[in-house]
Amino acid sequence: MTLNGWLQIAIMLALVVLTARPLGIFMASVMQGKSTFLHRSVRPIETRLYSLAGVDETREQTWLQYVASLLAFNAAGFVLHYAILRLQGFLPLNPQGFGALSEHLAFNTAVSFVTNTNWQSYGGETTLSYFSQMVGLTVQNFVSAATGMAIIVPLARAFSRANATTVGNFWVDLTRVTLYVLLPLSIIMAFALIALGVPQNLSNYVDATTLEGAKQTIAQGPVASQLAIKQLGTNGGGFFNVNSAHPYENPSIWTNTIESWAIVALALALAVAFGRMIGREREGWALLGVMMIFLLAGCAIAYWAEAAGNPFMHAMGVDGGNMEGKEVRFGIPQSAVWATFTTGASNGSVNSMHGSYMPLGGLVPLVLIQIGEVVPGGVGSGLYGIVVFAIIAMFVAGLMVGRTPEYLGKKLEAKEVKMAMLAILIMPAFILGFSAVSAVLPVALAGLANPGPRGYTEILYAFSSAAGNNGSAFAGLTANAPWYDTTLGIAMLACRFGIIVPVMAIIGSLAAKPRLAPSGGTFPTDGALFVALLAGVIVIVSGLEFFPALALGPIVEHFQMLAGKTF
Amino acid sequence: MVRNTYKSASLDKSLLLRAVVDAVRKLDPRLLIKNPVIFVTAVVSALVTTLFARDLLTGQPAAFSGQIAAWLWFTVLFANFAEAVAEGRGRAQAESLRKTRTESSARRLPDPKNRDRQETVSALDLRPGDTVLVVAGEIIPGDGEIIEGVASVNEAAVTGESAPVIREAGGDRSAVTGGTTVLSDWIVVRITSSPGSSFLDRMIALVEGAERQKTPNEIALNILLAGMTIVFLIAVVTLTGLGAYSGTNIAVTVLVALLVTLIPTTIGGLLSAIGIAGMDRLLRFNVLAMSGRAVEAAGDVDTLLLDKTGTITFGNRLATEIIAVPGVSEREAAEAALLASLADGTPEGRSIVMLAQEKYGLAPPTAVPQGSFIEFSATTRLSGIDLETRKLRKGAVDAVVKFAGAKQAVAEPTAFRAAVDRIARAGGTPLGLVDGDRLLGVIHLKDVVKPDIKERFAQLRRMGIKTVMITGDNPVTAAAIASEAGVDDFVAEATPEDKLRYIRNEQAQGRLIAMCGDGTNDAPALAQADVAVAMQSGTQAAREAGNMVDLDSNPTKLIEVVEIGKQLLMTRGSLTTFSIANDVAKYFAIIPALFVASLPELGALNVMGLATPESAILSAVIFNALIIVALIPLALKGVAYRPIGAAALLRRNLLVYGLGGLAAPFIGIKLVDLAVSGLHLV
Repeated sequence: MTLNGWLQIAIMLALVVLTARPLGIFMASVMQGKSTFLHRSVRPIETRLYSLAGVDETREQTWLQYVASLLAFNAAGFVLHYAILRLQGFLPLNPQGFGALSEHLAFNTAVSFVTNTNWQSYGGETTLSYFSQMVGLTVQNFVSAATGMAIIVPLARAFSRANATTVGNFWVDLTRVTLYVLLPLSIIMAFALIALGVPQNLSNYVDATTLEGAKQTIAQGPVASQLAIKQLGTNGGGFFNVNSAHPYENPSIWTNTIESWAIVALALALAVAFGRMIGREREGWALLGVMMIFLLAGCAIAYWAEAAGNPFMHAMGVDGGNMEGKEVRFGIPQSAVWATFTTGASNGSVNSMHGSYMPLGGLVPLVLIQIGEVVPGGVGSGLYGIVVFAIIAMFVAGLMVGRTPEYLGKKLEAKEVKMAMLAILIMPAFILGFSAVSAVLPVALAGLANPGPRGYTEILYAFSSAAGNNGSAFAGLTANAPWYDTTLGIAMLACRFGIIVPVMAIIGSLAAKPRLAPSGGTFPTDGALFVALLAGVIVIVSGLEFFPALALGPIVEHFQMLAGKTF
Repeated sequence: MVRNTYKSASLDKSLLLRAVVDAVRKLDPRLLIKNPVIFVTAVVSALVTTLFARDLLTGQPAAFSGQIAAWLWFTVLFANFAEAVAEGRGRAQAESLRKTRTESSARRLPDPKNRDRQETVSALDLRPGDTVLVVAGEIIPGDGEIIEGVASVNEAAVTGESAPVIREAGGDRSAVTGGTTVLSDWIVVRITSSPGSSFLDRMIALVEGAERQKTPNEIALNILLAGMTIVFLIAVVTLTGLGAYSGTNIAVTVLVALLVTLIPTTIGGLLSAIGIAGMDRLLRFNVLAMSGRAVEAAGDVDTLLLDKTGTITFGNRLATEIIAVPGVSEREAAEAALLASLADGTPEGRSIVMLAQEKYGLAPPTAVPQGSFIEFSATTRLSGIDLETRKLRKGAVDAVVKFAGAKQAVAEPTAFRAAVDRIARAGGTPLGLVDGDRLLGVIHLKDVVKPDIKERFAQLRRMGIKTVMITGDNPVTAAAIASEAGVDDFVAEATPEDKLRYIRNEQAQGRLIAMCGDGTNDAPALAQADVAVAMQSGTQAAREAGNMVDLDSNPTKLIEVVEIGKQLLMTRGSLTTFSIANDVAKYFAIIPALFVASLPELGALNVMGLATPESAILSAVIFNALIIVALIPLALKGVAYRPIGAAALLRRNLLVYGLGGLAAPFIGIKLVDLAVSGLHLV
């Protein structure tokens, strides 16, 4: 660990906090349909889209209609995406002549991109045509992110409205975040990346002869355009197999800085936007504060564990931190930051291989995923996820101060608690359920690359990543097989929409309630105590769920390492 | 103020004995299923018992599974026991109530106008609308409204207060309660309740907990606990597969032990005891809540509406000072006031006599002075005394001035008028004092605010509750009293409609309102308020409209009601936190024990240094069972409420029950482990 390393981490953390407010203010304006500087150029496109789709933007939906629209839209996206992947061979922009994906891989990939997971059982440059990348993947990168972000609009309305039956219009919310936020930001970022050396072409792959005389095929493609939304939309599905560790996806420290920033920028800014939309910006900052505590702790632990290095290597006379699976041009601090951001934010892109981390260093991304992808989580999904935790926290805290629990002026009653528990339950059910089966199923064990606890962690990580809609992999697991493709796909679907539906039910229920005025007996939710309480509840709830499972993986591996045991 | 009529039956031997029996009786699955956490515990206890039996039959070592099974059953029994103890306390009260509910006969009047035609029927045959005659010495056969007559009634059966109260037709004192006794005179009562649903019946049912419905917060908490139970079920069941990866075969007994120690059995076991004890505490304050929902709502109250008279002030205006005009000594004026009030039996008159004696040191006349007393009349608005040479009068200022002027036209002294104005501005009532044609001074009559009330309002403010005074006084008077009593707001010249409007307005702004009332004209406002405490002495209409009845008819008791409501919720929240925080230590006890064979490195997690894997697991289970018993007193007594603001309160409770819940089991399990290994139990 060096001062330089800590400074790099501090700068990255400061950067993402600094941009949260301006971005948040802008997004709040867009989501509330207020006029912004983009209004003149984008508004005509927006209205044109509504008239083409036959959407009446003034007609609001109940929570059920809203969630039905959302599910229908995503189902259609899945069918389209699946069709593209299966028919890839007949479609244009396929210079390498890639054939159709298998049923299970196409299912897994389509689900993966629709659910904003972007788990990749395939290697992009060896499997997908440019058409599949651009029309299939990139489109889903936009709309899956927009789906998550759209939900923040009714979420804010649930608290700002009283006795309301409607929560907004899904089509309007979806269109607005796509047109005003995701598209413009992605275009700016893509051009910035191109300027910094990321390729953007539709060329054939280039064959080269290396200095050693070996033949090497260098993949090409429209990288920059997909890269921008992959980071901003917390998608994480790399253009190339090794994701942002690839020199074309992430050539320098400058692109690395932009890409790291983009992982958490929107998710953090959404917290501010949420606060503004409910008319109490401080409430948004309190949620942001909780997110930052976890990011800070994650960066610090990962950096500490990786910089401490591997005692076995030290014994062999190789000093220094653990550089296995890390890019020399980024080093340990930037790898630790990325690993923390990408798993804290349900992004899943990587600039280093998590599977090569030290046991405790690898524990950080795993835990960040398992605590529910809420710090800050995926765009939208992280925020509504943390609000679910806030509901549980405030339910218990409300009782402890002797009042019927409330959060942001809305009473929390049986229905909210029921739906919040459903949303919280679904992740451990799928992560632990599928992991337990895979841990004994021969067909699943066949996919492991490592014996001992590391192999076990590969399984646990894969299902955590899928269920958390993260998409990063603890490299080593050969996932492109019917068992993993199918079960991971199911976990992604269940944990995306199995959370969205109860969250929307909470939104509907809260919106219909009267708003309570805060009094001296109300526990304030914009202060340090609330931040500490919420952080504590997140740790305790997910810690209690996953502690036994983690004890058998990274934790025991750590103790085994200390005891000098290898596999 | 508060008489503990229903002395909570202390935890005496017979009560505990009965609770033990009830705890076993409550093993009935139909009763257990109401509590998901304990039900799960019972199911897995049965499972481990079967395994124990199998071990016994196959001759395998059964000591471990036997002890685990026993302690699991103890966990269930302790939870049942907690509930039974709480119920037992209520039952003791119900029995004392039931004694008074004897089957009596009634004199029904077929024609309410004709009291001579009576027919004797059983009280059980009375229906709402029937009229009955009740004479001295008889028990009133049912709840009702007096339509004719006036009587003194002993309501000790309901209120525990043996001093008789006057009940009369018309007005706000017309309601009578079945089971109470007429001491003198007679009354004609129109029955308003059906047999079995009278006030007393409802009271018995409430006290016994027979009608206990789960309250909204309790339902929500139960869902949370059920959710946590499912989370741990998943975590424990999947552990078989996850453990198998590293070659660990985990025994079912051990898995069950892990499950039961993780699921929130502590709060699950104490939840219903907390609810019952909350109602019981309220009852000990002589407040009868019609539902648990009302008690919970009391904890949420934001605004408290209080009638001025009788609640904030004593209800009678009292003399506080005597101001003499220039040329008259204070002592002379005081003496005149004393003489003029000697025969005045009204509270105001008596307070003048008191003031003259205490403040001005006048001795009460040894003999009644010779002269004729002038009674107060509505036309003269004066009273006083005619002595040989003096004509002393006191009364309304204009009447006094007129009295003086009628004899001799004198200019009203400016000092007199100034004193009158000053008193009026301060919200008091000026009373002129005159001797013949000579104006002597002004008596300041004041609505005296109860001495401890300001402190109580300050306490409410610290609890975050706004107090609002409702009064029929004019705004000037109201403002003066409001500032003296320290209320946050007041409604002057209030009509019943004003009250209703104020409540609706506050509710529209998202506040919860509590009020108390006794009159029929309070009924609409009581019905509108979220927490409405009706006075037992009030009318039937008021009592029907309220969701609580104060048997002592003491309006300031709302403060205690609010505190009890808060306590109820706080106890649940704090024990939930405690229960969940406990799990951390249990993991550190059981996880290393589970995998010590296949993954010995996990022994590093055994931070408590527990002796053997078996003793670690058994100790965790024993601790988990014993903590329920240890917390029963807290569940019954409730977590203390302090009006220190929500954030400070939460910080405090998190510190005690959160951090305490984290630390306690580390110590507790270690101690149990020392005992278990010391006794070689496993």
